[in-house]
Amino acid sequence: MSHPIARRAFLNASLAGAAAAVVPRLSWAQASGKIRIGTILDLSGPLQPFGTQKKRCLDLAIDELNAKGGLLGQQLELISYDSQSNNQLFAQFATQLALKDKVSVVHAGLQSSSREVIRPIFRRANMLYFYNTPYEGGVCDRNTFNTGTTPGQLLANLLPHMIKNHGKNIYVLAADYNFGQLSEKWTRKLASDLGAKVIASEFFPLDVAQFGPTINKIQAAKPDFIVNTFVGPAHASFYGQWTAAGMKKQIPIASQTFGEAGEVVRMPPEVSDGIVVCYNYLDEIDSPANAAFLQRFQAKFGNDYGYIGDLAVAEYQGIMLWAEAVKKAGKLNREDVIKAMGSGLAISGPSGRVVVDPITHHCVFDMYLAVAGTDKRFKILQKFDQVKPTNPNNVCNLVKNPNTNQQFEPTKL
Amino acid sequence: MSRGRDAATLMAVGLIGLAVAFSLPHLVEVFVLVELTAYIVFAMLALSLALVWGYAGILCFGQSIFFGIGGYAYTLGVMNIGESTLPVALGIALPMLFAAVLGYFLFYGRVSDIYLGVITLCVSLIAYNLINSLSGTEYKIGSVPIGGHNGIPGVPVVNMPGDSSRTFGFEEVFTLSLILLVAVYIGLRALLASQFGKVVVAIRENELRAELLGYDARAYKLVVFVIGAAIAGLAGVLFVNWGSFIGPTVFSIFFSAQIIIWIMVGGLGTLAGAIAGAVFIQWLSTWLGTNKIIDPNIVLGVIFIVLVLLVPKGLQPMLVERFKRRRRSETRSDTRSETNSRLGVP
Amino acid sequence: MDFATVVFIQVMYAVATLALISVGLAIIFGMMRVINFAHGEFLMLGGYAVVLPVQAGVNLWVAMLIIAPITVGLFGVIIERLIIRPLYGRIVETVLATWGLSLLMIGLASAWIGFYQAGAAPPFGSVQIGSYREGLYTFFVIGVTALILAGVYGFLRHTRFGLIALGTMQNPAMAAALGVNVSRVYAVTFGLGAALSGLAGAILAPISGVLPVIGITYIAKAFITVISGGATVLAGTIAASALFGTVSQLVTYLSTVIIGEVALLAVAIVLLRLLPEGITGRFSRGGL
Repeated sequence: MSHPIARRAFLNASLAGAAAAVVPRLSWAQASGKIRIGTILDLSGPLQPFGTQKKRCLDLAIDELNAKGGLLGQQLELISYDSQSNNQLFAQFATQLALKDKVSVVHAGLQSSSREVIRPIFRRANMLYFYNTPYEGGVCDRNTFNTGTTPGQLLANLLPHMIKNHGKNIYVLAADYNFGQLSEKWTRKLASDLGAKVIASEFFPLDVAQFGPTINKIQAAKPDFIVNTFVGPAHASFYGQWTAAGMKKQIPIASQTFGEAGEVVRMPPEVSDGIVVCYNYLDEIDSPANAAFLQRFQAKFGNDYGYIGDLAVAEYQGIMLWAEAVKKAGKLNREDVIKAMGSGLAISGPSGRVVVDPITHHCVFDMYLAVAGTDKRFKILQKFDQVKPTNPNNVCNLVKNPNTNQQFEPTKL
Repeated sequence: MSRGRDAATLMAVGLIGLAVAFSLPHLVEVFVLVELTAYIVFAMLALSLALVWGYAGILCFGQSIFFGIGGYAYTLGVMNIGESTLPVALGIALPMLFAAVLGYFLFYGRVSDIYLGVITLCVSLIAYNLINSLSGTEYKIGSVPIGGHNGIPGVPVVNMPGDSSRTFGFEEVFTLSLILLVAVYIGLRALLASQFGKVVVAIRENELRAELLGYDARAYKLVVFVIGAAIAGLAGVLFVNWGSFIGPTVFSIFFSAQIIIWIMVGGLGTLAGAIAGAVFIQWLSTWLGTNKIIDPNIVLGVIFIVLVLLVPKGLQPMLVERFKRRRRSETRSDTRSETNSRLGVP
Repeated sequence: MDFATVVFIQVMYAVATLALISVGLAIIFGMMRVINFAHGEFLMLGGYAVVLPVQAGVNLWVAMLIIAPITVGLFGVIIERLIIRPLYGRIVETVLATWGLSLLMIGLASAWIGFYQAGAAPPFGSVQIGSYREGLYTFFVIGVTALILAGVYGFLRHTRFGLIALGTMQNPAMAAALGVNVSRVYAVTFGLGAALSGLAGAILAPISGVLPVIGITYIAKAFITVISGGATVLAGTIAASALFGTVSQLVTYLSTVIIGEVALLAVAIVLLRLLPEGITGRFSRGGL
């Protein structure tokens, strides 16, 4: 029995060695002569509808810049990773971008949880990072630029409308992770500033699709309106169940997220009409800049693209802001680009004028209050001009305190 | 003589492992080391199930429970304490403790086969559901929020015992992980070659007969289960050190499925096969995921079906068979080994 | 009082849903000793067999009650021939092969259809119960589940094929000796189980939506229900559904939906420890 065992042991050992040797990319292509932009987005798995449109907006922005000769005389190239709706993969791919690909800038992340995974990695690696997604606000980190909306822009304009028209008792339904949790806290704070009250809150992990007991609990609590922060396709089942229970005409819904994955064009109007939202960008914005943007988007991706929405357009605007800063700095280097970003930089995007706020590294832009109609489109009710990001009492001041690295929460103010 | 040959082989494996562990960081780029570290971690996790399922025949659908507990124990420990020695020990001890309780419940209740699979699956789903829904900031252990779905980012890497300012870099984490993998591999080989290991295999083959011979099958299974949990916990600790991140997906049904796939691919009842299976499948799914040719689930699913239907023993034993057969046809002398393999003796 | 009524209805609904998603798996496991780990994906397929035809303009009821069960039933027959038949009697290998099938189906659905939720409103409208409103579809699910369970009982007890199938399951060798085509019986039984799974997925699609990964939310619960039910197909499944559905839904009302799920799993663990062969484990295999 000795021989086979010994031979097998040897073979075992060499198998393990051979397996280690076939690990891919032992050497990789170096400097291609192009400027490399890194991205990590959820292009598969439950968050795919978000990631797909965000990736398209990145591709469109980079194509447009390349068509105009690129930046600093060089063409741009996107290094893209699919995080498969798994935060674990964000950690892996962020390390890969920082150690291996050595890109000039990263525009990445969808869920706030994924942002908090990669943000420290890029900060440590001195790699400039853009988070182009509407979120719960408060991130204060000189290495990070947040080009999406914050509660001070979204909730602060959505809640007064709902309170004025429907009443002061609010029921919050939110995704069970930092985005939902902190949004709920902001809702509480902003509501109490407006003399209203959150009477109950419920949080749902992203795979929950059964809302029967929740609907009964809402019926028992009798709120004047609901504010939801649903994320992902499982949560979307709520709208159908709410309608089936005959609640749609009884209690109105305001949403922080409805439409971000194109729900407004996919859901039947009898489920969606009447839901109120407030975004920086909507496909329905009636301006020459947006008409031209929609035309270019259609030309590249066809008529069957669904709905673009605020979440995706933030990527387009994020790239354009960074490109503007590179042009202004005349260099790619992180320090110079950050300085250029902080010099009152502004672009004119599909949503209108977008100005970088050097104090918080967030953006000042227009906000639109809208309601889903019976024609599978949003109807814009009101426009708020050049709204500033959340920053009560100027707790975040990156000009004065450039070393700050934290996320401010309403309870800590 | 057999023992001598075996010991020599293991020593060779150990020496080669040490040489690679210390020399490779000087030879390749950091990022290669980071990638290799991931494979090492998965290989170690595969070893734990190779022992529990492959040798002891315990069909555990939730081996990732111990991996996850190890990872979370280390994370919460190191973030509270600031020094990594005790947290590493916790990352191994807590999974063992949990396995001891769960194993006592299972084996002394005579739960077996598919029922044991269902219970371990239930336990991992409970862990996933609970951890995944603790994202509120009120859920803390010590000063550290559990994080729920967010997971816990920015976990400190291990340090030199006693000196929390001397934290390991990517290179040292690689060296440490490889040394530990080699040590676990050699340790398991020694364990399986011992009297204890032989009884474990005998129980797998025929539990009743082993009990009639006077061995308490329940106790043997429990000990193997606890050792498996220790290895999985250690893998969990290394996993956190590799990515500085842990989230509830380590408890998910997909993650548990992956471990079983590794063992299937490598073959039941082999250790090196499990390592090869883990490395190959992880490499394949990363490669498919990065290159976007085809959805990784499609490929994994097909591999899974084909393996069960066509190569039920797994790839490693099949390759070894092939190799042996060729050797035999070349020499036509090794009759004893032929008889043995016909009788299914390893 | 209204609240008690509403809770009672929701508990009945939870029990019915569990029985509905489990019955196809129970027939296949209870009668053939085969665990179909791709069961969740059979439900998913049933869901898409409603959603996609309806989007193409087919009548909802035609899609739900005819297209979905037939599609998934035929699919089941093919799978039985290709994957299950070579593995009869090897329970672990079957679990692993069907697990592979599950991954494959998830991958194909993700690649072809993606994660877009159409979000239809279930038909029928709603009814007022005191200060609460309940969708009438909830009652439809409860009623249809009762009909399906009664139908399966009648089919197995009172039709020629049903009796042959029961006999074959109890003693295949004897059945074969008496001239029964055993492999045909297995194929039809697996097809029947698959068709019921397709129907279940179809009935739940309007309320839960359909996603490529939706099977995962079903499989664990169905699997646990069937195993806890034990060897007696219908009685076991109904008993386990009643126990788990009641516990999880009541706990959900008292806390959250996640704690409700955890309660279900914990009860299952304790149950299997006390009754290692399930609630009806002592009864003979192949019974009802």
